Amino acid sequence: MTALLEDVKEKDKYKRLHDVIDAYKDKPGALIPVMNEAQEIFGYLPFEVQKEISEGLNVPLTKVYGIATFYSRFTLHPAGKYRIGVCLGTACYVKGSSLILDKIKEKLGIDVNETTPDGKFSIDSTRCLGCCGLAPVMMINNDVYGKLSPDDVDKILEKYK
Amino acid sequence: MEMVKVTIDGITKEVPKGYTVLEAAHSMNIHIPTLCYLKDINKIGACRVCLVEIEGAKGLQTSCVYPVSDGMVVRTNTARVRKARKYNVELILSAHDRSCLTCIRNKNCELQTLAEEFNVDEIHFDGDNIHYPIDDLSPSIVRDPNKCVLCRRCIAACNEQTVYAIGINNRGFRSIISPVFGRSLNESPCINCGQCIISCPTGALREKSSIEKVWDALNDPDTHVVVQTAPAVRAALGEEFGYPIGTLVTGKMVAALKRLGFDRVFDTDFAADLTIMEEGNELLKRLENGGPLPLITSCSPGWVKFCEEYYPEFIENLSTCKSPHMMLGAIIKTYYAQKAGIEPEKIFVVSVMPCTAKKYEIERPEMALYGIKTVDAVLTTRELARMIKEANIKFTSLPDEDFDDPLGESTGASVIFGVTGGVMEAALRTVADIVEGKDLDKIDYQQVRGLDGVRESLVTINGMEIKIAIANGTGNARKLLDAIKSGETFYHFIEIMGCPGGCINGGGQPIVPSRIKMDLDVKALRAKAIYEEDAQKAIRKSHKNPQIIKIYEEFLKEPLSERSHHLLHTEYERKELYSSKNNKENKKSATAAK
Ligand code: SF4
Ligand code: SF4
Ligand code: SF4
Ligand code: FES
Repeated sequence: MTALLEDVKEKDKYKRLHDVIDAYKDKPGALIPVMNEAQEIFGYLPFEVQKEISEGLNVPLTKVYGIATFYSRFTLHPAGKYRIGVCLGTACYVKGSSLILDKIKEKLGIDVNETTPDGKFSIDSTRCLGCCGLAPVMMINNDVYGKLSPDDVDKILEKYK
Repeated sequence: MEMVKVTIDGITKEVPKGYTVLEAAHSMNIHIPTLCYLKDINKIGACRVCLVEIEGAKGLQTSCVYPVSDGMVVRTNTARVRKARKYNVELILSAHDRSCLTCIRNKNCELQTLAEEFNVDEIHFDGDNIHYPIDDLSPSIVRDPNKCVLCRRCIAACNEQTVYAIGINNRGFRSIISPVFGRSLNESPCINCGQCIISCPTGALREKSSIEKVWDALNDPDTHVVVQTAPAVRAALGEEFGYPIGTLVTGKMVAALKRLGFDRVFDTDFAADLTIMEEGNELLKRLENGGPLPLITSCSPGWVKFCEEYYPEFIENLSTCKSPHMMLGAIIKTYYAQKAGIEPEKIFVVSVMPCTAKKYEIERPEMALYGIKTVDAVLTTRELARMIKEANIKFTSLPDEDFDDPLGESTGASVIFGVTGGVMEAALRTVADIVEGKDLDKIDYQQVRGLDGVRESLVTINGMEIKIAIANGTGNARKLLDAIKSGETFYHFIEIMGCPGGCINGGGQPIVPSRIKMDLDVKALRAKAIYEEDAQKAIRKSHKNPQIIKIYEEFLKEPLSERSHHLLHTEYERKELYSSKNNKENKKSATAAK
């Protein structure tokens, strides 16, 4: 039953995408607005969606993909159930937040803007989270973790497993 | 033409208004170094190697995109300019895999040249290098992003071909040139034309080498190794040994192949004559039967794949003829094998081609005959030059030698297969004779020659009007096919070659640095060499080739016979732009992620 519901939902999304494409078709500068709406509808821009846009607007897929990977507001993967953000603002950076990010990447085997194959975790690229006093800081969904050292990463991730 | 007065390094001159500073300087013989600029193809101002000082402008400007204006004063050689240019090249080098000694472009690399000319003796930046995997899954093209300078000349060349296989992805430090979704070129719409390779200033793009395979065959005493060479190779190979562009080196090329140890040196030109016999008759048959028309030539495997991907509705229009070297492969492993008393399995056929798409073509499953490949390896013109150098053969002192019998005899008609318009002209020479039933004096069809992207003409043969068209480069083919699709025009016979200019400018030909391309029209020079060879030939019509007459008498019977069909013809299929293999994987990970 859930599979069926998922399928219906998915089809509905594609229908919405086609409506958007039809509305913008033949208008100059249609590509980016359509991509924005597609990102809204699907939450990310997978191969099939980009292919639909490419065919619908008659622009090469390489162009769609180039834009999708250039702007950070577009993502190629669905966000994970837990979205991790590590602050790379100046205060956090100085206190070694990049080491923490590296540790998380290594632990999960994914890069920024990617999602683990089981769909649990994704890493967002994050600027200042506005709690410099706690530097270095990371967030997992709405939970904030401060004054971190790379050794804390294991324990924290364990909580969400 | 409206002119403006500009002063560059103290020299004042009038130049056309639309010129860039680079073009203006070039017209005054003032050299400005460039990297991303490629005449007629790429003009994007990305690399900042061509910086100059312009009076009144803030900061240094990229001359390759900066338009001239009246009264402009430019300085190209100040300390500030030199320092900035050098800084930019150093920056590029800091993120570059600087392994020149083992690089395919060693001594023919535009980045290396700049480093030398700018006197770069130290790299002052610590490049934080990402190491990218090399993509060598394509049968034709190898991509090494670690040697890429992000000049985008390849993208421009690919877009000019309207294939759009590669683009620039990600941003800033992580920018990379690649097909979409990290796919291999092999899983992209790439037609293997190699136009990107001959546009690349560095070693980031190269052909997939078959040199080792060929050495192995040559070293095996039990293998009978036969080589054939395409018409365009002889018009360009000399460039690799210092001859000026447009020098014919047919005799020396044959001599070199013999010294490399090939057991027989045959000429693909022979098979081009054979193609004309088959395709000329195919045209006549289609004209009689009322279609399908237009008939479109099929000797260019890049174009064929383009058609299968982007214009599948024209597949029925493609000639069923295999490309000439595939025909010759089939003839070598049947007719020749029989004559020479050698088992086909013991024969190894090598094609030397100006083309990278031929490497893909020999892997097409429908090309096999009784389960064996008819051509075993394809070498580009560049690869042949490398082998000649590796074997320490002094090319320039070689005598002229002749191709071997029986598959070495060819006509002027076959030679011109190497240039856009040539297949058309060769076909007309034969078709006209067949239709009129006599040996006509008319040989040259000037109206089909030239280098314009799309050309059309009307020829009248014995009162029959044949509308013909020629396109070179798949971008131009697209224009032509779109016009036909919209019903704007109609033709009976069309020649399409996948590369701009035809095979002479194929993706396997010697790479000419961008600064030389600013001065010389490489295509026109090589084409001239081809037409020279045609004019020198005693026989200039395919059906007059005595060996062709003989092979029909002894073996094939007549054009389009059952045996011809079996050996010399093939079929095509619609192809997806993006194969769905990865597609599924993509779906899987997407669902798993929910
Ligand atoms: S691409 Fe050029 S600079 Fe880079 S390693 Fe090769 S030869 Fe050297
Ligand atoms: S080989 Fe041709 S089609 Fe393929 S990427 Fe290069 S230019 Fe594009
Ligand atoms: S692959 Fe070659 S042509 Fe393409 S961007 Fe890189 S260096 Fe330039
Ligand atoms: S910016 Fe002018 S040549 Fe690259």
